[in-house]
Amino acid sequence: MKHNEQEIKVLKDEINQMWRLVISQLEKSRQALLNNNVELAFEIVSMEKRVNAFELKIESNCENYIALYSPVAIDLRLVLSIMKISITLERIGDFADGIARHVIERDCSNVDKKLVEELEIEKMFDILINMITDSFVALNSENTKTSGRILAKDEEVNTIYHKSFQRLDEYLQKNPQEILCGLKLMLLIRKMERIGDHCSNIVEEIVFYIEAKVLKHKGKMEQIE
Amino acid sequence: MIETKNIDFYYGNFQALKNINMKIGANTVTAFIGPSGCGKSTFLRLFNRMNDLIDDTRMEGQCIVDGKDIYNKSINIDELRKKVGMVFQKPNPFPKSIFENVAYGLKVNNMGDRRFIAQRVEESLKSAVLWDEVKDKLNKSALELSGGQQQRLCIARALAVAPSIILMDEPASALDPISTSKIEELIHQLKQQYTIVIVTHNMQQAARVSDTTGFFMLGELIEYNNTKKIFLNPDNEATQNYITGRFG
Repeated sequence: MKHNEQEIKVLKDEINQMWRLVISQLEKSRQALLNNNVELAFEIVSMEKRVNAFELKIESNCENYIALYSPVAIDLRLVLSIMKISITLERIGDFADGIARHVIERDCSNVDKKLVEELEIEKMFDILINMITDSFVALNSENTKTSGRILAKDEEVNTIYHKSFQRLDEYLQKNPQEILCGLKLMLLIRKMERIGDHCSNIVEEIVFYIEAKVLKHKGKMEQIE
Repeated sequence: MIETKNIDFYYGNFQALKNINMKIGANTVTAFIGPSGCGKSTFLRLFNRMNDLIDDTRMEGQCIVDGKDIYNKSINIDELRKKVGMVFQKPNPFPKSIFENVAYGLKVNNMGDRRFIAQRVEESLKSAVLWDEVKDKLNKSALELSGGQQQRLCIARALAVAPSIILMDEPASALDPISTSKIEELIHQLKQQYTIVIVTHNMQQAARVSDTTGFFMLGELIEYNNTKKIFLNPDNEATQNYITGRFG
């Protein structure tokens, strides 16, 4: 393996480590929220520093690689994609941290379980974890075939998000004493919807790296098809 | 401006170029890249028939410059080389004064009187962005100039006879980074008036200065495309492997 290929491998290894960590943060935030597990929530908050550190390290390594190796073509696209993916993963990490803090603050610890079910929070988590895991596999297998499926999942997340307004509205009209908890739940669902958007952004970067296509601000699904 | 059709070129029995077809537009910079021995310099030298000076060589196909096949017997080679100037890898000023170097082509070709020649020398040195550095020492030996200045002097010498095409065979490979940067800036400026074809081993230089890039390998033109396309997303895998340093 040539020296520059080794450097590329290091960059890929680092983004993979960060990716695994963020997937784990998201899975833990799911468990912490659904089981009201404060201890696990504290663990997430503590691991958030590692996510941030990864972002800084990857950014610095990408800058060094560009400065020292002047990459072009697929190497340049990979480095640019890794930089953007690391920023996006860090934001997803922030949202996982936000969900954990919601658990720690115990504002909604006695929330109606039926409401949580109706808001489809668990389903949303499942879709998001699938999206981020599938995008991880797409980058590592350098295969964009699944990208359309991942982007379609973001639509599912958006649908759940929009449905939640109506459900919360109905619930809060009947239970006005829960208004604070309702607002916090809304913010939480909003965070999850944003995670879906970020997963879509990651897919855009993977398509740019592998196929040199820019999906941003275009009909993504049509571009993929 | 330049068009080649089915060019094959041989050094004795060795085929150095294989069926090269290319069109080069006016007022553009075209870079040829590829591993050593791939045929890019041989191809460049076809455009002003410099390969004619090498024994036991043979060309087949057509090389058309401004609508004329330059390998037609009726072509005057001296006129062709006035129209298609050349700058080489190593600066090669004549052991004469700075002024005489630039005036040389004009005098040899009886192009105008003393006043005209003096004016053209000044214009050429200005175009080559060398005038300010040498205007007070035009009678000094060109050999006293630095390597970068000598190369710009050679460019001025090529410009003096009013060519429309300038061929550059690794013009900055023997220069330091500052001189290289000046040559690259000069290429950028000259593009407004001239068609430039450059052979370079420095891929970043090709990326910086050219509009189109041709990648050669083993005598074949593997890919010829917009420079941005070549360096961001080449069509051919061999091009990608070469520019990303995976072979070559």
